[in-house]
Amino acid sequence: MPVVLVVVDAVDGSVPKPTLELLTLARRIGTPAAVVFGPAARAAVPALGEYGAADVYLVPDPQVLEHLVVPKVDALQQIAGQIGGELAAVLLTSSPEGKEVGARLALRLESGLITDAVDVEAGDPASGHAVVATESVFAASFTVTSAVTAGVPVITVKPNATTPVAEPVEPAVHEVAVELSDAATATAITDRTVRESSGRPELTDASIVVSGGRGLGGAEHFAQIEGLADLLGAAVGASRAAVDAGWYPHSNQVGQTGKTVSPQLYLAIGISGAIQHRAGMQTSKVIAAINKDPEAPIFDLADFGIVGDLHKVVPALTEEIARRRG
Amino acid sequence: MPKIVVLVKFTPDLTSDRSFLPDGTVDRAATPGRLSELDEHAAEQALRVQESGDGWELTYLTMGPDGASDALRKALSMGGDGAVHVKDDALHGSDAFATSLVLAAAIKRIGFDLVVTGMASTDAGMGVVPALLAERLGVPQVTYAGRLSVSGEAVEILRDSDTSAETVTARLPAVVSVTDRTGEARYPSFKGIMAAKKKPVETLSLADLGIDPGLVGLAGARTTVLTATRRPARTAGQLVKDDGDGGRALADFLAAQRFI
Repeated sequence: MPVVLVVVDAVDGSVPKPTLELLTLARRIGTPAAVVFGPAARAAVPALGEYGAADVYLVPDPQVLEHLVVPKVDALQQIAGQIGGELAAVLLTSSPEGKEVGARLALRLESGLITDAVDVEAGDPASGHAVVATESVFAASFTVTSAVTAGVPVITVKPNATTPVAEPVEPAVHEVAVELSDAATATAITDRTVRESSGRPELTDASIVVSGGRGLGGAEHFAQIEGLADLLGAAVGASRAAVDAGWYPHSNQVGQTGKTVSPQLYLAIGISGAIQHRAGMQTSKVIAAINKDPEAPIFDLADFGIVGDLHKVVPALTEEIARRRG
Repeated sequence: MPKIVVLVKFTPDLTSDRSFLPDGTVDRAATPGRLSELDEHAAEQALRVQESGDGWELTYLTMGPDGASDALRKALSMGGDGAVHVKDDALHGSDAFATSLVLAAAIKRIGFDLVVTGMASTDAGMGVVPALLAERLGVPQVTYAGRLSVSGEAVEILRDSDTSAETVTARLPAVVSVTDRTGEARYPSFKGIMAAKKKPVETLSLADLGIDPGLVGLAGARTTVLTATRRPARTAGQLVKDDGDGGRALADFLAAQRFI
C-alpha cells in the first residue's frame, strides 16, 4: 500500500485544520503517515489517528524549533529513507516554511515539487502520474493541473483545499532521533514572540471575510470592520495599503504578498482592488464592496457594490443586520 | 572586498493579460515585462548594505531571455556596480530546481558573501529559489526577512509567521530573501539612469557555467503542466449609489444570498 507522508504544521502538539485537510487528501492517494515536530509532539497522536494516520513519526528534539527549516528537512529525509519504496507522496501546508521545507526535501530526494495546490487527486494509472495537483495562477485568472514527473511528488497545499473527513485508526507511533546536519544549526532562531489569538476565525478558513483598506482612513476605524465581522462570524482581512500604514497586522493581509482567501462571501470595504489585492480574493464565491469611487476596480468583480461613504454605510449595515437578527 | 549578489527576474507585468504557451510555459512574448516589483525590495536592501560601508561590491544576476537585460538595467539605475545575465535557449521552461542549479553556479563564479533575493517572483511565485540556493551553496538560509541588518560577519532578520514573529541570525556567507515589508524601493534618478548605461553587463551561457543543457529547461523539468484553463472572468454586478439607504440595500443583498 502506498504511503503518503503528511507534515503537521504545528509544534505545540496541536493539529490545525489545514493538517486535517492534508490527511483527508492523502487518503485519496494511499495510507497517511504523519510527522510531528517538537517536544509536545505526542499530544497530537489521537487527533492524527482520528483522521486516518496509520503511522505517526514523532520528532521531539527541541533543536528542531531553535533553527530555521533545515532540521525539519533532515528529519523528513531520514523518515523518507525509513519508509523506502512505499513512499508515494509528501504533503505539506503551503506556508512560507512549508514551501521551503518541501523544496529542500525535494532537492535531496531528486523529486519534483508543486506548491500552492488547491486540490490533489490520485492520477490515472494509465497516465503514469501518481498524483495530479490543481493550482490557481496569474491572480487566479487560470486554473492549472500539473504532475510531478521525477521521484516522489512533494506537494504543498493551500488551506481550505477540502473539508476534513474523519476515518479513525489506531496509529503506530515511532519516535525518531534525528541526526542533524551542520547546515541544520547554521540559522538560529534567537527570539520568538507568539501572537495572541484574536478569537475570530482563521482568515484562510473563514466562510466570510470582511476586509478594510486605505479608505478607512486610520487604524481606529478598523473597530467598525471588527464589529461587522463579529456580527457575521467572519474573519478580518486588510489590504496591503492598510497594513503598510500600520493600521492592521501583516498576518491579516489579503493579496499577492499576504494570504489567499476563497470564502463564501468577501466584503471589501474601502479597498480599491489593485491586481495585487485581487490576486488574493477573486476566487471568493460572492464579492460585495463599499467604496466612494464608482470607478474603483473592485466594482468590476463585485456581485454587489455600494458607492458611498463607508463611514456612513458600514454603521448603517451593522445596525440593519443587528436589527434583523432581533 | 566583500561581495553581494542580488538576484533579479524579468517578469510579465502584473496588470497585463498573462497566459500560457502550448508547451505549458508562461507566454513571455505576449506581455510587456519588467523588473519584478518584489525584486526591487531586494535591490533596495542590498544597496542599503552597500551604502553602510565596508566596501561591498554589488552585482545583479538574472537568468532569462534577451528582454531580461531590461531588468538588469533598471536595477543598475537604482545603484550597484555591474551585472551578469545568464542566457541560453536551453533554459526555456526551467523549473525551480534548474533555476537554482544555474543561479548557484553563476553565484559561485561571481563570488559572494551575501546573496539577496526577493521573497518570490511575481509570475511562478513559488518562493522556493532562495531556500534551494542555500541548499546548493551549502550556506545558511535567512529568508522572508521583514527587516534586515548586516553587521560584521553576521546577518539578522525579523521573520513573520502566522503565529509568531521570529528573530533569525546566521553567519555570512548566507542567502537572504526580503519581503515587501522591508520598505519602499528607491526610484532611479536621472543620474542613476545615465550611469547604468556605462556599467558592465556580462553575458554567460550554460557552457560558460559548465552545466549540461539536459539538466535544465523543459528537458530537465521535474513537473509537467497537464492543462491550463482560463477561468471565466468575473463580471460586475449591481452597483447602488448610497443615498442614505445603502446599508439597508447591502443587507437586503446579503439576506437574499442567505448570509444573514
